[in-house]
Amino acid sequence: MDNPGDAILNGVHDIGGVDGFGAIHHEVDEPVFHEPWESRIFGMSMVGAGLPPITLDARRHQLERLTPVQYLSSTYYERWLARIEGALVETGTLTGEEIEQRSRELAAEPGRLVPRRDDPVRTDGIVNTLRAGRPTVRSIRQRPRFAVNDRIVTRNLNPHGHTRLPRYARGRHGIIVGHHGAHVFPDTNAHGLGENPQHLYTVRIAMRELWGPSAEANESVLIDLWESYLEKDKAAARSTPEKKVPSAKKVLAKASARSAKARARTASSKRSLATPLPSIKRALSGVKAKGKGARTVAGHALARSGESSGKPARRSR
Amino acid sequence: MTDQESERGPHHPRPLSPAALRAKAIESLLVEKGLLASDAIDRVVEIYEKDVGPLNGAKVVARAWCDPAYKRRLLEDGTAAIAELGFGGLQGEHMVVLENTPRVHNVVCCTLCSCYPWPVLGLPPTWYKSLAYRSRIIREPRAVLHEFGLELPETVEIRVWDSSAEIRYMVMPERPAATANLSEAELASLVTRDSLIGVGLAEPVAR
Repeated sequence: MDNPGDAILNGVHDIGGVDGFGAIHHEVDEPVFHEPWESRIFGMSMVGAGLPPITLDARRHQLERLTPVQYLSSTYYERWLARIEGALVETGTLTGEEIEQRSRELAAEPGRLVPRRDDPVRTDGIVNTLRAGRPTVRSIRQRPRFAVNDRIVTRNLNPHGHTRLPRYARGRHGIIVGHHGAHVFPDTNAHGLGENPQHLYTVRIAMRELWGPSAEANESVLIDLWESYLEKDKAAARSTPEKKVPSAKKVLAKASARSAKARARTASSKRSLATPLPSIKRALSGVKAKGKGARTVAGHALARSGESSGKPARRSR
Repeated sequence: MTDQESERGPHHPRPLSPAALRAKAIESLLVEKGLLASDAIDRVVEIYEKDVGPLNGAKVVARAWCDPAYKRRLLEDGTAAIAELGFGGLQGEHMVVLENTPRVHNVVCCTLCSCYPWPVLGLPPTWYKSLAYRSRIIREPRAVLHEFGLELPETVEIRVWDSSAEIRYMVMPERPAATANLSEAELASLVTRDSLIGVGLAEPVAR
Protein backbone atom coordinates (compact mmCIF):
# COMPACT_ATOMS: atom_id res chain seq x y z
CA MET A 1 0.00 0.00 0.00
CA ASP A 2 2.96 2.32 0.40
CA ASN A 3 3.93 1.88 -3.20
CA PRO A 4 3.62 5.32 -4.81
CA GLY A 5 2.46 3.56 -7.96
CA ASP A 6 -0.73 2.79 -6.11
CA ALA A 7 -1.19 6.39 -5.10
CA ILE A 8 -4.32 8.16 -6.12
CA LEU A 9 -4.78 11.63 -7.52
CA ASN A 10 -7.59 13.92 -6.34
CA GLY A 11 -9.66 11.26 -4.62
CA VAL A 12 -13.31 11.67 -3.69
CA HIS A 13 -12.38 12.00 -0.02
CA ASP A 14 -11.40 15.58 -0.91
CA ILE A 15 -14.99 16.65 -0.72
CA GLY A 16 -14.98 20.23 0.54
CA GLY A 17 -17.42 22.32 -1.50
CA VAL A 18 -18.98 19.39 -3.37
CA ASP A 19 -22.75 19.71 -3.43
CA GLY A 20 -25.50 17.11 -3.22
CA PHE A 21 -25.06 15.32 0.10
CA GLY A 22 -28.17 16.84 1.55
CA ALA A 23 -28.98 17.85 5.09
CA ILE A 24 -26.80 16.97 8.06
CA HIS A 25 -28.33 14.30 10.22
CA HIS A 26 -27.77 15.33 13.83
CA GLU A 27 -28.45 12.39 16.09
CA VAL A 28 -29.41 13.21 19.67
CA ASP A 29 -27.57 11.29 22.42
CA GLU A 30 -25.53 9.43 19.87
CA PRO A 31 -23.61 6.42 21.20
CA VAL A 32 -19.85 6.30 20.62
CA PHE A 33 -20.37 3.18 18.50
CA HIS A 34 -23.64 2.20 16.84
CA GLU A 35 -22.81 -1.48 16.41
CA PRO A 36 -20.44 -3.68 18.42
CA TRP A 37 -18.45 -4.52 15.30
CA GLU A 38 -17.63 -0.83 14.85
CA SER A 39 -15.95 -0.78 18.23
CA ARG A 40 -13.96 -3.91 17.36
CA ILE A 41 -12.79 -2.39 14.06
CA PHE A 42 -11.89 0.86 15.81
CA GLY A 43 -9.94 -1.06 18.43
CA MET A 44 -8.24 -3.25 15.84
CA SER A 45 -7.21 -0.22 13.85
CA MET A 46 -5.79 1.45 16.95
CA VAL A 47 -3.75 -1.58 17.95
CA GLY A 48 -2.39 -2.17 14.47
CA ALA A 49 -4.65 -4.97 13.19
CA GLY A 50 -1.74 -7.38 12.86
CA LEU A 51 -0.29 -5.21 10.10
CA PRO A 52 3.26 -3.99 9.68
CA PRO A 53 3.57 -0.62 11.45
CA ILE A 54 2.56 2.31 9.29
CA THR A 55 2.19 6.02 9.80
CA LEU A 56 -1.11 7.78 10.35
CA ASP A 57 -0.54 9.54 7.03
CA ALA A 58 -0.22 6.16 5.28
CA ARG A 59 -3.40 4.96 6.97
CA ARG A 60 -5.22 8.03 5.73
CA HIS A 61 -4.01 7.32 2.23
CA GLN A 62 -5.23 3.74 2.46
CA LEU A 63 -8.70 5.15 3.10
CA GLU A 64 -8.30 7.55 0.21
CA ARG A 65 -7.46 4.63 -2.08
CA LEU A 66 -10.85 3.00 -1.68
CA THR A 67 -12.67 3.25 -5.01
CA PRO A 68 -14.87 6.34 -5.31
CA VAL A 69 -18.04 4.27 -5.30
CA GLN A 70 -16.96 2.32 -2.23
CA TYR A 71 -15.83 5.44 -0.40
CA LEU A 72 -19.06 7.31 -1.01
CA SER A 73 -21.41 4.41 -0.36
CA SER A 74 -19.79 3.15 2.83
CA THR A 75 -20.39 4.24 6.38
CA TYR A 76 -17.43 5.58 8.32
CA TYR A 77 -16.47 2.32 9.98
CA GLU A 78 -17.20 0.34 6.82
CA ARG A 79 -14.37 2.38 5.31
CA TRP A 80 -12.12 1.48 8.24
CA LEU A 81 -13.05 -2.17 7.80
CA ALA A 82 -12.31 -2.01 4.07
CA ARG A 83 -8.97 -0.33 4.80
CA ILE A 84 -7.94 -3.02 7.24
CA GLU A 85 -9.13 -5.85 5.02
CA GLY A 86 -7.40 -4.40 1.97
CA ALA A 87 -4.15 -3.92 3.85
CA LEU A 88 -4.25 -7.41 5.36
CA VAL A 89 -4.67 -8.93 1.91
CA GLU A 90 -2.07 -6.67 0.27
CA THR A 91 0.53 -7.48 2.88
CA GLY A 92 -0.25 -11.18 2.70
CA THR A 93 -1.21 -11.24 6.37
CA LEU A 94 -4.53 -12.86 5.46
CA THR A 95 -5.90 -14.00 2.13
CA GLY A 96 -9.19 -12.83 0.72
CA GLU A 97 -10.33 -16.43 0.54
CA GLU A 98 -9.58 -16.97 4.23
CA ILE A 99 -11.71 -13.99 5.18
CA GLU A 100 -14.53 -15.03 2.83
CA GLN A 101 -14.58 -18.55 4.12
CA ARG A 102 -14.55 -17.52 7.77
CA SER A 103 -17.34 -15.03 7.14
CA ARG A 104 -19.47 -17.79 5.59
CA GLU A 105 -18.78 -20.07 8.54
CA LEU A 106 -19.71 -17.37 11.03
CA ALA A 107 -22.92 -16.61 9.15
CA ALA A 108 -23.87 -20.28 9.35
CA GLU A 109 -22.90 -20.47 13.01
CA PRO A 110 -24.00 -17.23 14.64
CA GLY A 111 -23.27 -18.43 18.18
CA ARG A 112 -19.60 -19.06 17.47
CA LEU A 113 -17.34 -16.96 19.68
CA VAL A 114 -14.34 -14.92 18.70
CA PRO A 115 -11.29 -16.60 20.20
CA ARG A 116 -9.33 -14.60 22.77
CA ARG A 117 -5.64 -14.01 23.15
CA ASP A 118 -4.50 -11.57 25.82
CA ASP A 119 -1.22 -9.72 25.89
CA PRO A 120 -1.15 -7.40 28.91
CA VAL A 121 2.31 -6.02 28.21
CA ARG A 122 1.39 -5.00 24.70
CA THR A 123 -1.90 -3.61 25.94
CA ASP A 124 -0.13 -1.39 28.48
CA GLY A 125 2.18 -0.14 25.77
CA ILE A 126 -0.75 0.80 23.57
CA VAL A 127 -2.56 2.58 26.39
CA ASN A 128 0.61 4.51 27.18
CA THR A 129 0.84 5.60 23.56
CA LEU A 130 -2.74 6.84 23.62
CA ARG A 131 -1.96 8.91 26.70
CA ALA A 132 1.34 10.24 25.44
CA GLY A 133 0.30 10.94 21.87
CA ARG A 134 2.60 11.22 18.91
CA PRO A 135 3.58 14.85 18.33
CA THR A 136 4.36 15.70 14.71
CA VAL A 137 6.31 18.87 15.45
CA ARG A 138 10.01 18.62 14.61
CA SER A 139 13.01 20.83 15.04
CA ILE A 140 14.51 21.94 11.73
CA ARG A 141 17.31 24.31 10.89
CA GLN A 142 15.55 25.97 8.01
CA ARG A 143 13.96 29.27 8.94
CA PRO A 144 10.32 29.88 8.14
CA ARG A 145 9.80 31.49 4.75
CA PHE A 146 6.62 33.24 5.84
CA ALA A 147 5.56 35.31 8.81
CA VAL A 148 2.21 36.19 10.31
CA ASN A 149 0.35 38.76 8.20
CA ASP A 150 2.21 37.75 5.02
CA ARG A 151 -0.03 37.46 2.00
CA ILE A 152 0.32 34.18 0.16
CA VAL A 153 -1.14 32.24 -2.74
CA THR A 154 -1.70 28.53 -2.35
CA ARG A 155 -0.12 26.54 -5.15
CA ASN A 156 -2.14 24.61 -7.69
CA LEU A 157 -0.72 21.18 -6.86
CA ASN A 158 -2.26 17.92 -8.03
CA PRO A 159 0.09 15.25 -6.74
CA HIS A 160 -0.23 11.55 -7.38
CA GLY A 161 -0.52 10.48 -3.78
CA HIS A 162 -1.48 11.77 -0.38
CA THR A 163 -1.72 15.49 0.19
CA ARG A 164 -3.37 17.75 2.75
CA LEU A 165 -3.90 20.65 0.37
CA PRO A 166 -7.57 20.19 -0.54
CA ARG A 167 -8.78 21.10 -4.00
CA TYR A 168 -10.98 23.93 -2.80
CA ALA A 169 -7.96 25.68 -1.31
CA ARG A 170 -5.63 25.48 -4.34
CA GLY A 171 -4.63 28.61 -6.21
CA ARG A 172 -6.25 30.88 -3.61
CA HIS A 173 -5.11 34.10 -2.01
CA GLY A 174 -4.85 34.18 1.74
CA ILE A 175 -3.03 35.55 4.72
CA ILE A 176 -0.84 33.80 7.25
CA VAL A 177 -2.39 34.06 10.71
CA GLY A 178 -0.36 31.48 12.59
CA HIS A 179 2.92 29.58 12.49
CA HIS A 180 3.19 26.24 14.25
CA GLY A 181 6.84 25.38 13.82
CA ALA A 182 7.85 22.53 11.51
CA HIS A 183 5.69 19.43 11.23
CA VAL A 184 6.07 16.07 9.54
CA PHE A 185 5.15 16.46 5.86
CA PRO A 186 2.29 14.09 5.06
CA ASP A 187 2.82 14.05 1.30
CA THR A 188 6.05 12.09 1.70
CA ASN A 189 5.42 10.47 5.05
CA ALA A 190 2.30 8.71 3.77
CA HIS A 191 4.37 6.93 1.13
CA GLY A 192 7.29 5.85 3.27
CA LEU A 193 9.45 8.59 1.77
CA GLY A 194 10.43 10.19 5.05
CA GLU A 195 9.14 12.82 7.42
CA ASN A 196 10.73 15.81 5.67
CA PRO A 197 9.36 18.27 8.21
CA GLN A 198 8.37 21.70 6.91
CA HIS A 199 7.06 24.83 8.53
CA LEU A 200 3.32 24.71 9.04
CA TYR A 201 1.07 27.76 8.93
CA THR A 202 -2.55 28.61 9.52
CA VAL A 203 -3.80 30.45 6.46
CA ARG A 204 -6.97 32.49 6.37
CA ILE A 205 -8.81 32.52 3.04
CA ALA A 206 -11.89 34.68 2.59
CA MET A 207 -15.04 32.79 1.71
CA ARG A 208 -15.47 34.99 -1.37
CA GLU A 209 -11.98 34.15 -2.52
CA LEU A 210 -13.01 30.49 -2.39
CA TRP A 211 -16.53 30.66 -3.76
CA GLY A 212 -17.01 34.01 -5.43
CA PRO A 213 -19.64 36.67 -4.97
CA SER A 214 -22.38 34.39 -3.69
CA ALA A 215 -20.38 33.82 -0.50
CA GLU A 216 -20.67 36.07 2.53
CA ALA A 217 -18.21 38.90 3.02
CA ASN A 218 -17.65 38.31 6.72
CA GLU A 219 -16.79 34.62 6.56
CA SER A 220 -13.50 32.86 6.06
CA VAL A 221 -11.86 29.45 6.16
CA LEU A 222 -8.75 28.88 8.24
CA ILE A 223 -6.65 25.97 7.14
CA ASP A 224 -3.28 24.55 8.16
CA LEU A 225 -0.88 24.35 5.23
CA TRP A 226 2.73 23.33 4.85
CA GLU A 227 5.30 25.74 3.46
CA SER A 228 5.71 23.97 0.11
CA TYR A 229 1.98 24.44 -0.55
CA LEU A 230 2.45 28.21 -0.47
CA GLU A 231 3.95 31.01 -2.52
CA LYS A 232 4.34 34.66 -1.73
CA ASP A 233 1.49 36.74 -3.12
CA LYS A 234 3.53 39.16 -5.19
CA ALA A 235 0.47 40.98 -6.51
CA ALA A 236 -0.69 41.74 -2.98
CA ALA A 237 2.17 44.15 -2.54
CA ARG A 238 0.82 46.23 -5.41
CA SER A 239 -2.92 46.10 -4.80
CA THR A 240 -5.16 46.19 -1.81
CA PRO A 241 -7.09 43.11 -0.90
CA GLU A 242 -10.37 45.02 -0.93
CA LYS A 243 -10.19 44.96 -4.70
CA LYS A 244 -10.67 41.21 -4.58
CA VAL A 245 -14.05 41.70 -2.95
CA PRO A 246 -15.75 44.37 -5.03
CA SER A 247 -18.73 45.79 -3.27
CA ALA A 248 -20.83 45.50 -6.45
CA LYS A 249 -20.81 41.77 -5.81
CA LYS A 250 -23.03 42.34 -2.84
CA VAL A 251 -25.94 42.70 -5.23
CA LEU A 252 -25.19 39.32 -6.75
CA ALA A 253 -24.75 37.80 -3.36
CA LYS A 254 -28.13 39.03 -2.28
CA ALA A 255 -29.78 37.76 -5.44
CA SER A 256 -28.22 34.35 -5.31
CA ALA A 257 -29.62 31.29 -3.76
CA ARG A 258 -29.01 32.04 -0.09
CA SER A 259 -32.00 31.00 1.94
CA ALA A 260 -33.97 34.20 2.13
CA LYS A 261 -35.60 33.67 5.48
CA ALA A 262 -32.43 33.01 7.35
CA ARG A 263 -30.97 36.27 6.38
CA ALA A 264 -33.76 38.76 5.82
CA ARG A 265 -33.45 40.48 9.16
CA THR A 266 -30.31 42.54 9.17
CA ALA A 267 -28.42 44.11 6.35
CA SER A 268 -25.11 42.43 5.94
CA SER A 269 -22.28 44.44 7.30
CA LYS A 270 -19.17 44.64 5.28
CA ARG A 271 -15.91 44.21 7.01
CA SER A 272 -12.58 44.73 5.47
CA LEU A 273 -10.81 41.45 5.07
CA ALA A 274 -7.54 43.22 5.34
CA THR A 275 -8.14 44.31 8.89
CA PRO A 276 -6.31 42.05 11.30
CA LEU A 277 -8.92 40.43 13.46
CA PRO A 278 -8.54 40.90 17.18
CA SER A 279 -9.66 37.50 18.28
CA ILE A 280 -7.48 35.68 15.80
CA LYS A 281 -4.65 37.63 17.28
CA ARG A 282 -5.80 36.50 20.66
CA ALA A 283 -6.34 32.90 19.59
CA LEU A 284 -2.89 32.81 18.16
CA SER A 285 -1.47 35.17 20.70
CA GLY A 286 2.21 35.40 21.01
CA VAL A 287 2.50 35.49 17.25
CA LYS A 288 3.92 38.89 16.55
CA ALA A 289 3.42 40.66 13.29
CA LYS A 290 7.16 40.60 12.75
CA GLY A 291 6.88 36.90 12.88
CA LYS A 292 10.03 35.06 12.20
CA GLY A 293 11.64 34.81 15.57
CA ALA A 294 8.43 35.38 17.45
CA ARG A 295 7.05 32.97 19.96
CA THR A 296 4.19 31.02 18.50
CA VAL A 297 1.50 28.72 19.72
CA ALA A 298 3.57 25.85 18.56
CA GLY A 299 6.70 27.41 19.92
CA HIS A 300 5.60 25.98 23.22
CA ALA A 301 4.88 22.63 21.68
CA LEU A 302 8.25 22.72 20.04
CA ALA A 303 9.96 23.40 23.33
CA ARG A 304 8.00 20.68 25.06
CA SER A 305 8.50 18.09 22.41
CA GLY A 306 12.19 18.76 22.57
CA GLU A 307 12.15 17.10 25.95
CA SER A 308 10.60 13.99 24.54
CA SER A 309 12.19 14.00 21.13
CA GLY A 310 13.21 10.41 21.52
CA LYS A 311 9.68 9.67 20.46
CA PRO A 312 9.56 7.44 17.43
CA ALA A 313 8.51 9.15 14.26
CA ARG A 314 6.35 6.34 13.07
CA ARG A 315 2.95 5.48 14.30
CA SER A 316 4.10 1.96 14.82
CA ARG A 317 2.72 -0.26 17.45
CA MET B 1 -17.10 -4.26 25.31
CA THR B 2 -16.60 -7.71 23.95
CA ASP B 3 -20.29 -7.95 23.09
CA GLN B 4 -20.19 -11.70 23.37
CA GLU B 5 -23.69 -11.56 24.78
CA SER B 6 -25.23 -8.80 22.72
CA GLU B 7 -24.06 -10.21 19.43
CA ARG B 8 -24.04 -13.84 20.21
CA GLY B 9 -26.62 -14.12 22.93
CA PRO B 10 -27.17 -17.71 23.87
CA HIS B 11 -30.85 -17.81 23.02
CA HIS B 12 -31.56 -15.73 19.97
CA PRO B 13 -28.41 -14.70 18.20
CA ARG B 14 -29.18 -11.85 15.84
CA PRO B 15 -28.06 -12.40 12.23
CA LEU B 16 -24.96 -10.33 11.66
CA SER B 17 -24.63 -7.74 8.90
CA PRO B 18 -22.02 -8.42 6.20
CA ALA B 19 -19.74 -5.84 7.80
CA ALA B 20 -20.17 -7.38 11.26
CA LEU B 21 -19.38 -10.82 9.83
CA ARG B 22 -16.22 -9.62 8.13
CA ALA B 23 -15.07 -7.77 11.24
CA LYS B 24 -15.65 -10.89 13.31
CA ALA B 25 -13.89 -13.07 10.73
CA ILE B 26 -10.86 -10.80 10.64
CA GLU B 27 -10.62 -10.54 14.42
CA SER B 28 -10.91 -14.33 14.78
CA LEU B 29 -8.27 -15.06 12.17
CA LEU B 30 -5.79 -12.51 13.54
CA VAL B 31 -6.21 -13.81 17.09
CA GLU B 32 -5.70 -17.40 15.93
CA LYS B 33 -2.51 -16.39 14.16
CA GLY B 34 -1.28 -14.67 17.31
CA LEU B 35 -1.26 -11.25 15.64
CA LEU B 36 -3.85 -9.50 17.76
CA ALA B 37 -4.29 -8.94 21.48
CA SER B 38 -7.97 -9.13 22.48
CA ASP B 39 -7.42 -7.23 25.71
CA ALA B 40 -5.74 -4.38 23.85
CA ILE B 41 -8.87 -3.90 21.76
CA ASP B 42 -11.06 -4.10 24.87
CA ARG B 43 -9.02 -1.45 26.66
CA VAL B 44 -8.88 0.97 23.76
CA VAL B 45 -12.62 0.71 23.20
CA GLU B 46 -13.31 1.14 26.89
CA ILE B 47 -11.18 4.28 27.07
CA TYR B 48 -13.09 6.00 24.28
CA GLU B 49 -16.49 4.70 25.31
CA LYS B 50 -16.20 5.53 29.01
CA ASP B 51 -13.27 7.75 29.95
CA VAL B 52 -12.56 10.23 27.19
CA GLY B 53 -15.37 12.44 25.96
CA PRO B 54 -16.71 15.99 25.72
CA LEU B 55 -16.94 16.31 29.49
CA ASN B 56 -13.19 16.84 29.42
CA GLY B 57 -13.53 19.79 27.08
CA ALA B 58 -16.43 21.11 29.16
CA LYS B 59 -14.22 21.11 32.26
CA VAL B 60 -11.52 23.02 30.43
CA VAL B 61 -14.01 25.67 29.29
CA ALA B 62 -15.63 25.98 32.71
CA ARG B 63 -12.20 26.50 34.28
CA ALA B 64 -11.43 29.21 31.73
CA TRP B 65 -14.74 30.94 32.44
CA CYS B 66 -13.91 31.01 36.16
CA ASP B 67 -10.20 31.75 36.06
CA PRO B 68 -8.98 34.60 33.81
CA ALA B 69 -5.34 33.60 34.22
CA TYR B 70 -6.14 30.05 33.12
CA LYS B 71 -8.10 31.41 30.17
CA ARG B 72 -5.08 33.43 29.07
CA ARG B 73 -2.87 30.37 29.26
CA LEU B 74 -5.46 28.29 27.42
CA LEU B 75 -5.70 30.71 24.51
CA GLU B 76 -1.95 31.12 24.38
CA ASP B 77 -0.94 27.47 24.57
CA GLY B 78 -3.91 25.13 24.44
CA THR B 79 -1.91 21.92 24.77
CA ALA B 80 -0.16 22.98 27.97
CA ALA B 81 -3.24 24.48 29.62
CA ILE B 82 -5.35 21.43 28.81
CA ALA B 83 -2.60 19.23 30.24
CA GLU B 84 -2.94 21.15 33.53
CA LEU B 85 -6.31 19.44 33.90
CA GLY B 86 -4.79 16.07 33.08
CA PHE B 87 -5.99 15.77 29.49
CA GLY B 88 -3.84 15.07 26.48
CA GLY B 89 -2.55 12.37 24.20
CA LEU B 90 -3.34 10.98 20.81
CA GLN B 91 -5.07 13.43 18.46
CA GLY B 92 -4.57 16.24 20.96
CA GLU B 93 -0.81 16.68 20.70
CA HIS B 94 -1.08 20.21 19.30
CA MET B 95 -4.17 21.94 20.66
CA VAL B 96 -5.44 25.41 19.79
CA VAL B 97 -8.49 26.81 21.59
CA LEU B 98 -10.67 29.32 19.73
CA GLU B 99 -12.68 31.84 21.70
CA ASN B 100 -16.17 32.65 20.49
CA THR B 101 -17.25 36.22 21.17
CA PRO B 102 -20.28 38.36 20.33
CA ARG B 103 -18.44 39.41 17.17
CA VAL B 104 -16.67 36.25 16.04
CA HIS B 105 -17.97 32.71 15.83
CA ASN B 106 -15.57 29.83 15.23
CA VAL B 107 -16.57 26.39 13.98
CA VAL B 108 -14.31 23.37 13.41
CA CYS B 109 -14.31 20.69 10.73
CA CYS B 110 -12.10 18.28 8.79
CA THR B 111 -12.99 18.23 5.10
CA LEU B 112 -10.43 15.57 4.15
CA CYS B 113 -11.15 12.93 6.80
CA SER B 114 -12.29 13.12 10.42
CA CYS B 115 -9.61 14.94 12.45
CA TYR B 116 -10.97 15.85 15.87
CA PRO B 117 -9.46 16.64 19.29
CA TRP B 118 -9.89 13.26 20.96
CA PRO B 119 -8.51 13.99 24.46
CA VAL B 120 -11.01 16.79 25.07
CA LEU B 121 -13.96 15.69 22.93
CA GLY B 122 -13.65 11.92 22.56
CA LEU B 123 -14.40 10.34 19.21
CA PRO B 124 -16.32 12.44 16.70
CA PRO B 125 -20.07 12.05 16.23
CA THR B 126 -21.29 10.60 12.95
CA TRP B 127 -22.49 13.94 11.59
CA TYR B 128 -19.01 15.45 11.99
CA LYS B 129 -17.61 12.66 9.80
CA SER B 130 -20.48 12.80 7.31
CA LEU B 131 -19.99 13.77 3.69
CA ALA B 132 -22.68 16.44 4.12
CA TYR B 133 -20.92 18.28 6.96
CA ARG B 134 -17.45 17.91 5.44
CA SER B 135 -18.57 19.21 2.06
CA ARG B 136 -20.85 22.04 3.19
CA ILE B 137 -19.43 23.70 6.29
CA ILE B 138 -16.59 25.38 4.40
CA ARG B 139 -18.99 26.54 1.68
CA GLU B 140 -22.14 27.68 3.48
CA PRO B 141 -21.51 27.76 7.23
CA ARG B 142 -24.58 29.84 8.05
CA ALA B 143 -26.89 27.41 6.29
CA VAL B 144 -25.23 24.52 8.13
CA LEU B 145 -25.44 26.25 11.51
CA HIS B 146 -29.10 27.01 10.77
CA GLU B 147 -29.69 23.26 10.45
CA PHE B 148 -28.21 22.86 13.91
CA GLY B 149 -30.69 25.45 15.14
CA LEU B 150 -28.04 28.12 15.50
CA GLU B 151 -28.96 31.51 14.06
CA LEU B 152 -26.21 34.08 14.25
CA PRO B 153 -26.73 37.77 13.51
CA GLU B 154 -25.50 38.82 10.07
CA THR B 155 -22.93 41.01 11.73
CA VAL B 156 -21.19 38.11 13.41
CA GLU B 157 -18.09 37.05 11.56
CA ILE B 158 -17.77 33.31 10.96
CA ARG B 159 -14.45 31.48 10.87
CA VAL B 160 -14.42 27.86 9.77
CA TRP B 161 -11.32 25.94 10.81
CA ASP B 162 -10.44 23.02 8.51
CA SER B 163 -8.20 20.62 10.47
CA SER B 164 -5.90 19.76 7.57
CA ALA B 165 -2.75 19.13 9.65
CA GLU B 166 -2.14 17.74 13.16
CA ILE B 167 -3.23 20.92 14.91
CA ARG B 168 -6.47 20.16 16.73
CA TYR B 169 -9.04 22.82 17.48
CA MET B 170 -11.56 23.22 20.26
CA VAL B 171 -14.00 26.10 20.54
CA MET B 172 -14.51 27.96 23.79
CA PRO B 173 -18.16 29.02 23.65
CA GLU B 174 -19.40 32.23 25.23
CA ARG B 175 -20.39 31.98 28.85
CA PRO B 176 -24.19 32.06 29.10
CA ALA B 177 -25.87 34.97 30.83
CA ALA B 178 -26.89 34.83 34.49
CA THR B 179 -24.29 32.27 35.49
CA ALA B 180 -22.27 34.38 37.92
CA ASN B 181 -23.38 32.28 40.90
CA LEU B 182 -22.72 28.87 39.38
CA SER B 183 -19.89 26.66 40.47
CA GLU B 184 -17.28 25.44 38.01
CA ALA B 185 -18.93 22.02 37.94
CA GLU B 186 -22.33 23.55 37.26
CA LEU B 187 -20.85 25.64 34.50
CA ALA B 188 -19.25 22.56 32.92
CA SER B 189 -22.68 20.96 32.68
CA LEU B 190 -23.77 23.80 30.38
CA VAL B 191 -20.98 23.14 27.89
CA THR B 192 -22.23 20.79 25.18
CA ARG B 193 -20.21 18.87 22.65
CA ASP B 194 -21.81 20.93 19.88
CA SER B 195 -20.71 24.15 21.54
CA LEU B 196 -17.12 22.85 21.71
CA ILE B 197 -17.17 22.20 17.95
CA GLY B 198 -18.92 25.50 17.24
CA VAL B 199 -22.22 24.24 15.84
CA GLY B 200 -24.03 25.19 19.05
CA LEU B 201 -23.87 27.51 22.04
CA ALA B 202 -23.42 26.65 25.67
CA GLU B 203 -26.78 25.83 27.23
CA PRO B 204 -28.71 28.64 28.89
CA VAL B 205 -29.34 28.25 32.59
CA ALA B 206 -32.51 26.28 33.31
CA ARG B 207 -35.14 28.42 34.97
